Amino acid sequence: MSALFELQAVGVHYGKVQALKACGLRIQAGERVALVGSNGSGKSTLLRTLHGLVRPTLGAMQVDAAARQAMLFQHPYMLRASAQTNVALGLWLKGVAWKDAKTQALRALERVGLLALAQRNAKALSGGQQQRLALARAWALRPDVLLLDEPTASLDPAAKREVEALMAEFAEAGMTLIFSSHNLGQVKRLASRVMYLEQGRLLADLPTHDFFNGPLPLEAEIFVKGELV
Amino acid sequence: MNTFSDSVNTAFSLITSFDPLLGSIVLRSLAVSACACLLACSAGLVLGAWLGVARFRGRDGVLTVLNTLLALPSVVVGLVVYLLLSRSGPLGFLGWLFSFKAMVLAQTVLVLPVVTALVRQTIEDADRLHGEQFQSLGAGKGMRSLLLLWDERYTLLTVLIAAFGRAISEVGAVMVVGGNIDGFTRVMTTAIALETSKGDLPLALALGLVLLAVVLLLNVLIALVRRWRERLDDDPPPDGVKLLAAQPQGGGE
Repeated sequence: MSALFELQAVGVHYGKVQALKACGLRIQAGERVALVGSNGSGKSTLLRTLHGLVRPTLGAMQVDAAARQAMLFQHPYMLRASAQTNVALGLWLKGVAWKDAKTQALRALERVGLLALAQRNAKALSGGQQQRLALARAWALRPDVLLLDEPTASLDPAAKREVEALMAEFAEAGMTLIFSSHNLGQVKRLASRVMYLEQGRLLADLPTHDFFNGPLPLEAEIFVKGELV
Repeated sequence: MNTFSDSVNTAFSLITSFDPLLGSIVLRSLAVSACACLLACSAGLVLGAWLGVARFRGRDGVLTVLNTLLALPSVVVGLVVYLLLSRSGPLGFLGWLFSFKAMVLAQTVLVLPVVTALVRQTIEDADRLHGEQFQSLGAGKGMRSLLLLWDERYTLLTVLIAAFGRAISEVGAVMVVGGNIDGFTRVMTTAIALETSKGDLPLALALGLVLLAVVLLLNVLIALVRRWRERLDDDPPPDGVKLLAAQPQGGGE
């Protein structure tokens, strides 16, 4: 079975700083992969590398070009325009005619429960609503792979639950999810596989059950215990 | 103090009596600066937005030159445009020297670096923060610059005010290329300079007060438009949702 992503000893430099070191991994379609690790461990860089926003400076990377990707950022940027226009814009940029894009945007907004706010200025929405709007924008693109960079990091518990529920629904529908998170409870609920990064190195890559119950490298174990306390 | 109070009184009486001479000077000033701003903004918005997202060899040098041009003395601009438009200059065939068009051209040259530099900074800051998200959606550099330009439209109104303020308050360039011809190229700043040299300080100060009042009025108007648009953006039309919900929903599932 061909992989969606295959990285071999990939390294990424930002100037003199090496943010990702000798990273090797293989991700198949349908997986739900959680990236965990402390701040600055390389989670976001790995996500951005997979999405093609950052080019590896070392190693080799293969990506299934046929798989459509979308990415959700921790602080999604919305244009000073209606929620509908923001979703339609993503579709239009992918080549969908504007009229069709506007119609499909309504469907996407309905999918995330924001149809009633279709005409509200996206910047006037709450953090949770903006994150759901970003999910609608991503979902509207019908991606095979959805990459999410700490999608619930700055949300209140209710908004967190809503976003998490949508992620679970997307995964149920067969979408491949790759997300970074500091919330280990969320990782347990959503992920089928966990990757632990520290200082740019991928130190553990295990099924979720094994990650939380099996032996771990010392650094990962300290991290998990620290997070669970 | 007497001079100042005389000036205020003179300004007030000139305005309230709808003095035709004052009116024509004010209107000419506004027209010259508005035309110059329109031209400078048309070019400066596009150029600044492109510079905000483009990365190329020598960009730092271009930005240094651009920022230096912010301090361009207006009289130097006047001199350069004068040389260009003079009979023996490369643009002498246009016959624009000492005309309205010459003043517009001079002010455009003066204001263009201001608009370009401020727009470049605004767009570059926005692109650094959010450009990656547009890139993720499939927007190239050109599209990113246009989207950010549109999204920062209210911030860019301030650039417009700055550009207009720079244009309408300068005296050197319009004096050199316009010649301060009564009823033809005389604008507020050149009229102030002339009245001062003649010793008619109350009238000169009165014109200065009128100039300030005009700029103040424009600033207030732009601020009101900005606030009104922002409020309009934030409030949904009352039955917009119903209208949208009633639309036929096609598109691929």
